[in-house]
Amino acid sequence: MDIDWTNFTPWHALAGGALIGLAASALALLNGRIAGISGILAGALAPRPGDTAWRYAFLFGMMIAPALYAAFTGGAPTIEIDADFPALAIAGLLVGLGTRYGCGCTSGHGVCGLSRLSPRSLVATLCFMATGFATVFLARHVLGG
Amino acid sequence: MRALYSVAAFFCGLVFGIGLLVAGMANPAKILAFLDLAGRWDPSLALVMAGAIAVGALGFSVAKRRQRALLGTPMDLPTVRTIDRPLVFGSLAFGVGWGLSGFCPGPALLAAGAGYGKALVFCVFMVVGMSVHRIVERRRTALAA
Repeated sequence: MDIDWTNFTPWHALAGGALIGLAASALALLNGRIAGISGILAGALAPRPGDTAWRYAFLFGMMIAPALYAAFTGGAPTIEIDADFPALAIAGLLVGLGTRYGCGCTSGHGVCGLSRLSPRSLVATLCFMATGFATVFLARHVLGG
Repeated sequence: MRALYSVAAFFCGLVFGIGLLVAGMANPAKILAFLDLAGRWDPSLALVMAGAIAVGALGFSVAKRRQRALLGTPMDLPTVRTIDRPLVFGSLAFGVGWGLSGFCPGPALLAAGAGYGKALVFCVFMVVGMSVHRIVERRRTALAA
């Protein structure tokens, strides 16, 4: 195993993770809801009376975070998207379908579910981690160069 | 109360987004560097999960014991415990899309919010995938009835 020490950011990772955990805890305690982004988005797309406004509010708050971050740090966050458009389209479809059939994504299962010690979320997280690792291995070391 | 419910969700979303940015998880290149075990590996994402779960476990251990959320609504946390095929296959498919792009739902929406066209394309197809799921499942329940 060859660790990329120059790009490894342990303190930022822990601090950012703690903020994510704080946000998830706050949504559970205040609103009684799971901060799972795919679930919040899917519910916003298929509105039920009285269960929609908070979803848009959450997603809006998340989406303006880059602007706020830039205002405070004086620089835009680093976002590098290497995938081309066809790959992004296929990936988007797979993520949309997969997170609905799997009832959650990295936040709902990986953060909230594991925090709740949910066996379902552990299985889901192991599954998407496994195919995530396998896909990158295939794309970078078998098919690509 | 309803307004407060959305205000709370907005701030949770904002903190969640800031957390993603601080952690570097809004950057697909950094996600892919984590998923590339055979390349120069960036373990940051593992520490993001650790930080999030450490704080989340505290929050959820309190939330789990409550009947009502602090803002008065009944707790709405997952109760399903069965590990079924949709959970497994959905999560496996999600992982493939994650590995192809470096995007999961939260960071993709955030990058779209920051104005990245490629992230917007991903999000459009993610919404299509979610909608396909909804239509297919609605038809299935209609046929079963």
